[in-house]
Amino acid sequence: MLEWRRRREPSKAMLYLSPLIAIGLTMLTGMLIFGAIGYDGLRAVTAIFVTPLLEPQRWADLGVKAAPLIMIALGLAIGFRANVWNIGAEGQYVMGAIAGTGVALLTHDMTGWWILPAMALAGIAGGAAYAALPALLKVRLQVSEILTSLMLTYVAVQFLYYLVRGPWKDPDGFNFPQTKMFSASQTLPAVAEGSLVHLGVPLAILLALVAWFVLGKTVAGYAVRVVGRAPAAARYGGFDANRVTWAALLAGGGLAGLAGLLEAAGPFGQLTPQFPVGYGFTAIIVAFLGRLSPPGIVFGALVLAVTYVGGEIAQSTVRLPAAATGMFQALLLFFLLATDVLVRYRLAWKARPARSAP
Amino acid sequence: MTQPPEQTAPSRLALAHVSKSFPGVKANQDISLAVRPGEIHALLGENGAGKSTLVKIIYGVQRADEGQVSFDGRPVEIASPKAARKLGIGMVFQHFSLFDGMTVLENIALGLDETVPAEELKARIKAILDSYSLPLDPDREVHTLSVGERQRIEIVRCLLQKPKLLIMDEPTSVLTPQEVERLFETLRQIAREGCSILYISHKLHEIKALCEAATILRAGRVVAACDPRIETTQHMAELMIGAELKHLQRPAASKQGAARLSVERLDMPGEPPFGTSLKGISFSAQAGEILGIAGVAGNGQAELLLALSGEHLASRNEAIKLDGRPIGLADAGARRSAGLACVPEERNGHAAVPDFSLAENVVLTARHRLPLAPSGLIRQGAVERYAGEVIARFDVRTTGPAALAGSLSGGNLQKFIMGREIGQRPDVLVVAQPTWGVDAGAAAAIRQALVDLAAQGSAIVVISQDLDELLELSDRLCVINEGRLSQARPVAGLKLEEIGLMMGGIHGESHEAEPAHA
Repeated sequence: MLEWRRRREPSKAMLYLSPLIAIGLTMLTGMLIFGAIGYDGLRAVTAIFVTPLLEPQRWADLGVKAAPLIMIALGLAIGFRANVWNIGAEGQYVMGAIAGTGVALLTHDMTGWWILPAMALAGIAGGAAYAALPALLKVRLQVSEILTSLMLTYVAVQFLYYLVRGPWKDPDGFNFPQTKMFSASQTLPAVAEGSLVHLGVPLAILLALVAWFVLGKTVAGYAVRVVGRAPAAARYGGFDANRVTWAALLAGGGLAGLAGLLEAAGPFGQLTPQFPVGYGFTAIIVAFLGRLSPPGIVFGALVLAVTYVGGEIAQSTVRLPAAATGMFQALLLFFLLATDVLVRYRLAWKARPARSAP
Repeated sequence: MTQPPEQTAPSRLALAHVSKSFPGVKANQDISLAVRPGEIHALLGENGAGKSTLVKIIYGVQRADEGQVSFDGRPVEIASPKAARKLGIGMVFQHFSLFDGMTVLENIALGLDETVPAEELKARIKAILDSYSLPLDPDREVHTLSVGERQRIEIVRCLLQKPKLLIMDEPTSVLTPQEVERLFETLRQIAREGCSILYISHKLHEIKALCEAATILRAGRVVAACDPRIETTQHMAELMIGAELKHLQRPAASKQGAARLSVERLDMPGEPPFGTSLKGISFSAQAGEILGIAGVAGNGQAELLLALSGEHLASRNEAIKLDGRPIGLADAGARRSAGLACVPEERNGHAAVPDFSLAENVVLTARHRLPLAPSGLIRQGAVERYAGEVIARFDVRTTGPAALAGSLSGGNLQKFIMGREIGQRPDVLVVAQPTWGVDAGAAAAIRQALVDLAAQGSAIVVISQDLDELLELSDRLCVINEGRLSQARPVAGLKLEEIGLMMGGIHGESHEAEPAHA
């Protein structure tokens, strides 16, 4: 008989292995499910998880999809570490894009190097301000940030719909619900001539390095970790939990807002109703897949980017429904949380009780 | 009074050549012992001597690698605590597993293997409380109870199962002398009724007073079996730690200087709904002095510590002064920087973060006074060096600064925490229960370190429920009772009974006096 045995110390190896086990189980389960409903399960899983990695022309797309996921997940991970459960990154992402787009529309007739940085700052400010609402409610009135941040997401999306259909609608846009296209000064440059990879991709990696350093090496990062793990010890050590809550939500909102602006000023080049694609929610999976650590998040974002790109491939080659991507992502989160048990427990054969007296 | 055992009766519990290893440690090697029916048997040993492992084997939490466990003469396999309870083994752990937000009755019901209707269970609990004259209200919520009362819940929970063997793990650590005496009466009554008791402790005079047999463990082996009623305390202690016991070295004449910490009319409302309010607390601690604060748990000690550490702020800045400077409104970090260090009673999750390494736990409190993180950057090298110094100086048994705090035994973690604070040379050190659950050798080391720190001119305040410790350590003693603090009196000439009465006699009496309906 197999049984669970508690480990004396959490296993370092399993901490890093369990996400890989979860990915393996996701692929296996997905294969069985799609096989059972009449698709070629093996081809479906290969298309989603392997093909994007094998075809070099897809790599740029992987980077472009991973960049916003990295940025948002970094902010979420800071919060999750501090026991601040910001579930509304999607709303902050949208609000960041809206604020940056506001600057873009104001500066549409101007040119200059400063326009893009100003848009980025507006994006950060928009996202942070939108996350300040749950922070204020949490610190002042002890309202759960899980509910407030999640509900505010829908408000942000509706606000976007209103803007692109109303005051911000492009007058020359044949009545399509969309803003003007951004000008050259307002569009993210590519890292190399003709490449799809925009400046946001290296910026995301850079931010991951900064977050890694701050979390691991500074007193501020220590404050985040200790407030999350042991609130009483944090208070004893002189850390203010409310300040950490504020910082975590503002950082999370700011990073999500920046990601939103970069997406608007990069791949989209304008705001449309199709702008919210769920990166803010997918980033939750990324944060956990990456063990709430910045290097892990870069890895996790790449895995999720693979499922996005692979999902598109599978739609055309295996004729999988578009919802398949979401299903694989959900399976991944499910197995990720389930395999977490391996960190603190191990499977062992049930030992026979001591009987053999010498 | 116990009956002379019948020679023919088999041992209630017999262990033969029990061994148990963990990766890297032989926790128990070739341990044999026998407990007669109705006997109170002491299991003595330092931290890491293997007491806990042995008890876990008996209670079915761990399984022995080798050896034979017999119960009432029959070889048994105890696969789980449930199986142990079925055999008639009950255990009262050092750390209680109680839900604070639930009532006594609900907690007991949750711990039972079978489902008993609430009314019937209540009747059975009442019967036990009456027959052992234990004061406890089944309808009170656990967070309102003192440590002594919580312990009674665990005892009642065991007695409900009509045990034949009761295991008590360090039961007197936080009780008043009167509470200890009452517990001993209860235990003697339980033993008279035929239940054997395995009593784990390092308080030798208690073992002398209570137990008829003792097995002494050191480094996983049995080093002696003796009759504690005959053996000297000194000799048992030396057998236990394997060396001569060091006596507390005190400076010949304690030269007391100016007041370093002074508290004047400190009021603080308790946290609703059940916290104890501090009412007009005034005291001062002088340079070179150790001031003891005695009291039964739940009389405001926790609140006083939080008020002094800065985790709860006073309403007036002048209520607390450090070397004459008002700090009542300064937060915990500012007070540390100013020279006031505190050690709360709860180690895991309050004084230390169990999921963090020892090195990371150094950063928690030592960053203010030591250059561990100038300008907000943590200097890993300096942090590990300081953690290493603490480990070496206080003989913390661990693999090194990278070990998780939660992996250390309670006594070792306490040594580390005390070392972390003392190593910062605070001007004033306030500690709660400095040696709770710490073995004799380690406790002596911690006390010596406190005395040495005072000798260097710091003022020390020890909040403890362990009167022996306070009498040994303190120059002056006061008592906290229902949030009020008595005048401090010089320890010399103070009688144990007097202090016990100042502490409120036997705690829980007042609840019993209330009509027990509902």
